[in-house]
Amino acid sequence: MHGLWSQANPGFVPPSSADFDFQPIFGNSILFTKPVLLVFLSVILAGGFFTLSARKAAIVPSKLQFAGESIYTFIRNELGRDVIGPEFMRFVPFLFSLFIFILTNNIFGIVPLIQFPTMSHIGFPIGVTIFSYVTYHYVAIKKHGFGKYVKDICFMPGIPKPVYLILTPVELLTYLVTRPLTLSMRLFANMFAGHLLLLVFTLGGEYLLTSGLILKFLSLFSFGFAIGLSFFELGIQALQAYIFTLLTALYIAGALADEH
Amino acid sequence: MTGTLAIVGFGLSTIGPGTATGLIFAAYISGVARQPEARSILQPIAFLGFALAEALALFGLVLAFVLK
Repeated sequence: MHGLWSQANPGFVPPSSADFDFQPIFGNSILFTKPVLLVFLSVILAGGFFTLSARKAAIVPSKLQFAGESIYTFIRNELGRDVIGPEFMRFVPFLFSLFIFILTNNIFGIVPLIQFPTMSHIGFPIGVTIFSYVTYHYVAIKKHGFGKYVKDICFMPGIPKPVYLILTPVELLTYLVTRPLTLSMRLFANMFAGHLLLLVFTLGGEYLLTSGLILKFLSLFSFGFAIGLSFFELGIQALQAYIFTLLTALYIAGALADEH
Repeated sequence: MTGTLAIVGFGLSTIGPGTATGLIFAAYISGVARQPEARSILQPIAFLGFALAEALALFGLVLAFVLK
């Protein structure tokens, strides 16, 4: 009976953060590993797709052109026009590239044979966040001037004087620390947790498959769950790319607003 | 029994965001139920709120790995 359930087998090793470390591809350079390769791949894929879809633009669009234009229209209308307001057109290229870059890199997490979301390495979300951070500060300083911008952040108009004692540090912290921190951490943690979740079910299924007879049968459920969760992850990955772009648009809109 | 207390901490950190996500979608559902045509306006707000609340639970997960 005992042999039916388990054979002499080393215990199950749950996935950990060590599963996110990769060997260098060329020689010993730690600068070029799988995630870096995926970033280059994502740029080539996204660039290729939109070049192809826009190359033979016609009034009656082909399927490819329609797909490309739908994504562009979505970003321009939902995130540009509705959030930023009248001056939105200058920011559409930035928002669009941001969305596509994050989306492509996230979706690598469920593409067979690649199966690694680039953004689950904290360095990449930080890099993307720096663009967003610099942009919304730069836009505000250019529009209002440095002095007025700092004054607007520190001393919100129309508030009783003693409240500034609490409000000023909180606002400064929000603009300088909390916003970039949450922006990068949210993307990173979602991709990290999602990849870990898929690893638990696939490695668990693999482990069950090497165990006793009944457990071999149970591994089907584990693999089934892994496939189901892959589709759930697709939703999360698209949502996170959308949220990141939406928040960037909101910060830019806040920077452009006349009164903070 | 072996394990790490950090995972218990992660479990505790999910209570708040879990409740928050429930409240956000409860408000979204009742809003759409009262006024179905407001769905397109409420949807991005609901998902923004969901993502902001959910991020806190994920910070707990990251810290559970960091402080192991």
